[in-house]
This record gives sequence, C-alpha cells and structure tokens, in this order.
Amino acid sequence: MHPAASVIFFTVSSGAGYGLAAGLILFALVGPSEVSPILAGGGFALSLAMIVAGLLSSLGHLGHPERAWRALSQWRTSWLSREAVMALITFAPLLAFAWRWIMWGEADLLIGVIALMGVGGTVWCTAMIYASLKPIRRWRNGFTGPAYLALAAASGAMIMALLLRLSGQQIWAVALAPVPLLALAALVKSMYWRWMEQGHAASTPESATGLGALGNVALLEAPHTEENYLLKEMGFHVARKHALKLRRLAMDLGFVLPIILTVLASLAGQTAGCVLLALATALCLLGCLTERWLFFAEARHTVTLYYGARNV
Amino acid sequence: MTALPEHASTKRLGLVIDLDICVGCHACAVNCKEWNTGGIAAPLTDMHPYGADPAGVWFNRIHSFEAGAGPDSRTVHFPKSCLHCAQPDCVTVCPTGASYKRAEDGIVLVNEDLCIGCKLCSWACPYGAREYDGDQGVMKKCTLCVDRIYNEDLEEIDRVPACVSTCPVSARHFGDLGDPDSKVSKLVAERGGYDLMPELDYQPTNKYLPPRPRKAGGCQTQAAPLVDAEASIGGLLGWLDKLLSR
Repeated sequence: MHPAASVIFFTVSSGAGYGLAAGLILFALVGPSEVSPILAGGGFALSLAMIVAGLLSSLGHLGHPERAWRALSQWRTSWLSREAVMALITFAPLLAFAWRWIMWGEADLLIGVIALMGVGGTVWCTAMIYASLKPIRRWRNGFTGPAYLALAAASGAMIMALLLRLSGQQIWAVALAPVPLLALAALVKSMYWRWMEQGHAASTPESATGLGALGNVALLEAPHTEENYLLKEMGFHVARKHALKLRRLAMDLGFVLPIILTVLASLAGQTAGCVLLALATALCLLGCLTERWLFFAEARHTVTLYYGARNV
Repeated sequence: MTALPEHASTKRLGLVIDLDICVGCHACAVNCKEWNTGGIAAPLTDMHPYGADPAGVWFNRIHSFEAGAGPDSRTVHFPKSCLHCAQPDCVTVCPTGASYKRAEDGIVLVNEDLCIGCKLCSWACPYGAREYDGDQGVMKKCTLCVDRIYNEDLEEIDRVPACVSTCPVSARHFGDLGDPDSKVSKLVAERGGYDLMPELDYQPTNKYLPPRPRKAGGCQTQAAPLVDAEASIGGLLGWLDKLLSR
C-alpha cells in the first residue's frame, strides 16, 4: 500500500498526542497534588496540538476536505466514521478535565475516566480502519489494534517523562513508565513481523481468476502499459532488504535505544537527564514514523494478484 | 446510507463473462469508457493523456493470463469490472454514505456529491474495481450502465451495459442473477459459472464461465509429416527442383 505522508504523520502525531493525554490524566488522578504549570498546561497544550495537527493532516489526503464533516454520519458501519466521531466527542471530556486541572488543580475522576475511554477508543478506531480490511492480510489481524495502542502509549509516555523532567520533578513511576511500554511496543511489532513472514493470504492468482483448475496462473499481459490508480495506490512495493533494514532501524533506534537512554536519564543529573530524555523522545518518534511507514509499505493488497503478484 | 439495504429485492443485476469466448480485444473497455465519460459518473478523467505519464479512470480492464503449463496450457483473456457484490465492504466502510447498494436491483453506486475522496472504499475492494479520479477528487466505479439499462429513450435492444452491447463475440451477458430462471442464471448453472476469490466472502453477483475442456486428443496434429522433396519428386517437378537447387 502507498505510504501517504499525511496519513503516517496523522497516525503517529495524534497517537502520541492521545498517549500523552492519557498519561497526564492518569498522573492527575493518582499523582501528587503539587504540579508544575509546565507539565499541566504545557503537557495538555502539546497533547492537544499534536492531536489537532494529526487530525488536520488526515484531511490532507482527501479529495474534498471541505466535505469532511460528512464523515461523521456513517458510524453504524464504518470504522473511519467511528474514528471521526470518537475523536470529536473525546475533545469534550479532554478539554473539561484539562481546564479544571490547570485552573483549579481539580482532577475529576468521572470526567477523567470518560476521557481515558475516549482516548483509547479513538486510537482503537484508527487501528480498526486498517484491521477491518479483508483484502489486506497484513492489516487484518490481531496485531494491528494492540500495536496502535502500544505505540501511542509508549510515545506518549516518552513525551510525558521528558516534560516531567523539564519541569524539574523526578517521579520514578513517570520517569520509567516508557521502559515497559516501549518494550511492549517492541514485542508486539516483532511478533507481528514474525507472523507476517510465516504465511500468505488464502487468495492467490488462481483463486482471483478462478482458473486454478487449469494449473498455475501467471500474468501474460497487463491491461495497460502505464501505472494506473490501482498500481500507484495498492501496488506499492518495498524491496525486502530495505524493509528488513528499516525494521531493524525502527526496532533498535525507535524502541531499544530509547529504553536504554530513559534508564540512563533516570540516573543522571538534571541537565544530562533532560538531554538524554529529549534524545530518547526524538528517537522514539522517529522510530514510530518508520514503523508506520513500514506498516503501509509492507502491506499487500489482493488486487496485485491480477497484476502478477504470486501471493499477498 | 452505507448500511446494506435491509429489505432488498431478490433482483440482482449483473454480468456473466465467458472466458472461453473472450478474445481480449478490449472493445468492452473502450465502449465503457466512451459511454461513461458522458454518463452519470462523467467525466472519466484522463490525466496527461499525451504526456510522459498518462493515467486515467477506467471501469473495465482486460488482463491476459496464462493458465497451466505444457500442451494443455491456455491463454485466457480476463475482463474485470465491478462485480456488484452482495456483501460489498466498499459500501460499508464508506464514512459519508456516498457509496451505496441499491435495494431494488443490487447495483453498487457512488453518489459523487457526498464523496470526500478518502479512497478507503478502493482499499476495501479486493478486486480493484474502484478507481479514484484525481481531477474530480472523488471515487468512481462501474455503474452497470444504470443510465442505459433503464433508459426508455433507447431502443429496448440497447438497454444493456455498454460493454455487453459492444462485445463482438458475445462473451458478455447481462441479466438478473437473483432469478434462477433467467437466461444468465441458466447459463451459469449449465457452464459452472463461479465467483472470484470466494474465500473472502464478498459474494459477487457477476459470474465467470470457465474455458471449456479441450476435446480428447485436442492438440495432436492430423496432417502427414513433410517429406524431403528431393527424394520423392520425379518428372517435371523433379527436373525443376534439380534446376533450382543448382
């Protein structure tokens, strides 16, 4: 599948924004009552900015962005519509919770829990847009939803740890929260990649043409000489050696190295700690972008079976 | 509404495509383009038609496959257009209600005035039946020539999809596949018509008829082998052969 920059930025940015929002809400509900304005105000401002930037970016690939409001109508059947509705609804409890916390230091449990459910639900709906598509085996599987949630949580926790450190506070639970979450994200992705390598979709050129009774089916002549929409959108192909290299990059630089840097930062002094965490956060976001690019670039669509692909 | 119709009629209009007959001439694709670039989904935009990288929207594409190996292998020309599935995920994934399946005859259509051009429907179609019009910013697809088949301004014989009317070898048939007694349903039953990618359970309406089996001993030639002219020809022809062989 074609890895569109607008959609990659959207899912990574809003994912991290929602992850950060969840982290802040949890911190407000169970953390200390003494909170610096950098964490409370700055944190929520950053989180909302990342969410809104992501959502606006998702409009970038539409043919008619001015009609985007229509996407709120078909939530009964469409995960894309559900995601749009969830994203919009979630702003209410999120803004209400942030406002009360920043202005009066009040953390309302009920609003917080509703906001948490909204945040998780929105990320889940984003994942289900992809996980619901039958023609793409590499998306329609049990890893897609957990991977979106784990990456959103890990990248959000990473930013949260950086903000807390910048505000001068040192709370172990927050400082080290990225470690298990990054490890979880790395685990889900490596399990996904292993599963992905182990098989192919049931669909083949034989089932796609129904000519399997005659033997193997191979494309003799394509219907057209130039690339068409189908090949540009669904026929994107990344060389295996490049994909493997990028996977290792996403894994080592995006997840493993930030874990090490986070642990080191928790032991280092204030300035060094901030620098290490900033580096870890930058690497983690870069890793998430690489992972998301691969998520699209490595996905293969059944339509390519009509254009010479042996399997998908 | 992108939910599938609850009280759908049993009528399921669609195509039956005979792979035994199709010669791969692309006439159906050309006539489809010609009719539909002036039909309800108009225009079928061509981008840079005379440039280095021409591209355009087509509802019908003719692939050619080689099936099997050895003397019994076949070259099969394979026209592919929207199959107007009974379970069209392209409809249910649509966030705006632009994609819909008609209750009265099962035709899957796009209301271009509602389409936001998110392209998700084209991802949800396993067959590649939908093509995005980058100039118009909306998704386009085969309409089963809904503006022909019910068009009372046309002669009754012309009230079939453009691809069917133009096929020079009658490899394409149009009719009600929901009616077991229709001509197309009988053809499917008789010839063993099948669904594409049945494993995905989209339950396509359009059916494909497989190439007929070869007659026994099909490929063996009956002609006598050629003999060496020099050894066998005498008389005038032999003399000419000798003369010319000098």
